[in-house]
Amino acid sequence: MSEKTNGNSEGLSPIVKVISGMIFPFIMIFSFYVIMHGHLTPGGGFQGGAIGASAIVMLIVAFGARHTEKRAGEEKLSLFESIGGTLFILVAILGFIMAATFMSNFLVGSAIFGEIPPFGSNPGILNTGGILPILNFAVGMKVIGGLSAVVLAMALVSKEDD
Amino acid sequence: MNVDWLLTHSPALLIAIPLLAAFLTPVIDRINKKARDAFVIIVLIIAEIIMIALAWDVFTGSAHIYTMGASNPTATIPSQAAVPIRIVLEVDGMGAFMGLISTTVSLAAGFYSLAFVKKETGQGRYYTLLLLMLVGMLGMEFTGDIFNLFVFLEVLSMASAALIAYRFYYGDAVEGAFKYCVVSSLGALMVLFAIGLLYGQYDLLNMAALAKVIEYTTLDKIALVLLIAAFAMKCGAVPMHMWTPDSYTVAPAPITAMLVAASQASLYALFRICFSLYGLTLDVTTVGIIIIALGLLSMFVGVTMALPQKDIKRLMSYHAVSQTGYMLLGVGVGLYLLGKSDFDTYGMAAMEGGIFHIINHALYKGLLFLTAGAIFYKVKTRNLNEMGGLAHSMKFTTIFFMIGALAIAGIPPFNGFASKLLIYESAYHVSPILSIIAMLVSIITLASFVKVFHSAFMGPPMENAEAGEVPKSMIIGMAILTVGIILFGLFPGWVVSNIVHPAAQALAAQAGYIGSVAGGA
Amino acid sequence: MIYNIPFFAVIILIAVGMYAVIFRRNLIKIAIGITIVESAVNLFLITLGYREGGVAPIYTNLPANVVIPGGMVLPVPQALTLTSIVIGVAVLALMLSFVIRIYQYYGTLDSKKVRRLKE
Repeated sequence: MSEKTNGNSEGLSPIVKVISGMIFPFIMIFSFYVIMHGHLTPGGGFQGGAIGASAIVMLIVAFGARHTEKRAGEEKLSLFESIGGTLFILVAILGFIMAATFMSNFLVGSAIFGEIPPFGSNPGILNTGGILPILNFAVGMKVIGGLSAVVLAMALVSKEDD
Repeated sequence: MNVDWLLTHSPALLIAIPLLAAFLTPVIDRINKKARDAFVIIVLIIAEIIMIALAWDVFTGSAHIYTMGASNPTATIPSQAAVPIRIVLEVDGMGAFMGLISTTVSLAAGFYSLAFVKKETGQGRYYTLLLLMLVGMLGMEFTGDIFNLFVFLEVLSMASAALIAYRFYYGDAVEGAFKYCVVSSLGALMVLFAIGLLYGQYDLLNMAALAKVIEYTTLDKIALVLLIAAFAMKCGAVPMHMWTPDSYTVAPAPITAMLVAASQASLYALFRICFSLYGLTLDVTTVGIIIIALGLLSMFVGVTMALPQKDIKRLMSYHAVSQTGYMLLGVGVGLYLLGKSDFDTYGMAAMEGGIFHIINHALYKGLLFLTAGAIFYKVKTRNLNEMGGLAHSMKFTTIFFMIGALAIAGIPPFNGFASKLLIYESAYHVSPILSIIAMLVSIITLASFVKVFHSAFMGPPMENAEAGEVPKSMIIGMAILTVGIILFGLFPGWVVSNIVHPAAQALAAQAGYIGSVAGGA
Repeated sequence: MIYNIPFFAVIILIAVGMYAVIFRRNLIKIAIGITIVESAVNLFLITLGYREGGVAPIYTNLPANVVIPGGMVLPVPQALTLTSIVIGVAVLALMLSFVIRIYQYYGTLDSKKVRRLKE
């Protein structure tokens, strides 16, 4: 373990590296939870994405920008962001084809997220919302990729000075 | 997928296609650079074609309404509600007119960029942002929702700011971009504050529905002041023009041409707010005079600041400020006369002049910035004192520059003359002084461009410059705009009655704007 | 009266932010000023939609005694605020990256010394 994480001299102490490596998956799962419950609870694509991006920023702080760049480069993160954006627009455009207008909620009534919840208080039925969960997911991808790429790029640019 | 289907969905498609392309460009960029260039150009051409079809349909028929996410594009008011709550795109004559400008300038800038940024890094992002600028402009021009207007304004500002700083290794580019970013984000926040004021009173965000109930209370007046100040700042009117020369000068030339179109999108928003949102509830006399004063100040200060400049793009930027003044003057006179008995005679002509000037300015100022970029591409300097004799090697650029310079000075038979004449004639009836100042400014403009022409193109050939003409794609970009200038100059009557008049009519007739979305004015 | 206090806070925050943008010379402080103005506008929007004792406008696990929709705060201003926050993040990131580049190029953050354009 120590061999692997001590491979690079930059970043913080091994303790921080190991711990942040351990909690990284949990933060990502929480981020995914917030994104996928966006249509039921406070939160959604941007908030969940910001949580996910903060996990990657934590890695940047712990392991150093150059090391993170090798593992999850800015290019890769930007690509991830582009895929999120493309998915969003494609779902919106599907509204033309599957239903009447741009961004129509064509999934309502279908098997995927199509359930119509009863009016008033409910315990939170996940299989609702039509295209909203998918759009939330796309936004989440975009925000994770975009925000962490921004922070990574800034960290790398500041490193150029020394 | 037939023509009717395309026309019905074209307002949404025009926003969706460039947006999708913007996100796909970085992906394609990783696969193949040539494919990316071709992809961007094809998308811009598709947008232009759809825009022309849509504009033709709007000019000859009626406004297009598009409700996002509804079961039917024209179902603006949902069955359970009394007011429009969905995002509504409303493309009337004015919106279609502005959309034509944006797509045409973007197409020219896209072609021009192919060669212009060939040696730079990060081209994938450059084209992404260029497409996002197009999305921002079209969104601002099409939307019928005031909050959506703010969102697209920010999309446009952020994409522009990032592109101004594109050649960050020059340093001053980043400086100009920072200035632009500060100004535009403050302006946009003022717009958001005004939206909050309006929403707090009327619980509405749809402009047509708002226009139906707006009362011109004190809070509305505050909102109006914030909106006018913010959009006048964004379109570069004096006294809020300080960012214009700085950011226009340092941006890559195709982006400067796009920025001209972007400023005009803000100008459009200003007119839309005054005419369609507030309309006759406004104190049209006072607001009209304020806009006329802004116009006169911009015209005069812009042109006098342009005279001593030595930097070719900085000089042109001040001329851009000055030309914005003409549009403000023309439409301001229209607003001043709105609802008065003279409106049908002089007011309409003034508005046609101001609106016609918008498209003319986008064409010739875009062209002039592109020629300045071509000069920079070859001689690597913007300083007029260090260049000379370029007519020997750059024949096409010289011709394009002459056409642009004659058009901006208002020399017949080019298009600048047609719109300026309309403004002179109608402004004369409000006050002869307006026309005199406008003509004076026009003469100084000519003098200033004679100076540029002399120092850049005349004289013995430069020794240290790269010889030869600029690459073909840059010539195509410039030629697109030149063709527009010549056509508009040769057939001003046809253009005014078929393109400009519907646009002016759409602005002036508030009831039509309200009726098509919110039902019954 | 107590419910008007947020509006006073909005005015004060806008004034503070504007002061920072106009009179401060440090570029980072200008960026902070813009963020303060943005927070003020967001606070204004949120305050507009607030209802005394209102709950979040969400049906999931809604308390049983809440009147629908009278007992909820307005959702639309919250949606507007969220959009504005997202945009604010982009603006801030962009401005800070400009600041980094300006610092690399000029070696200073003083706006009086960063004026190559005005030569």
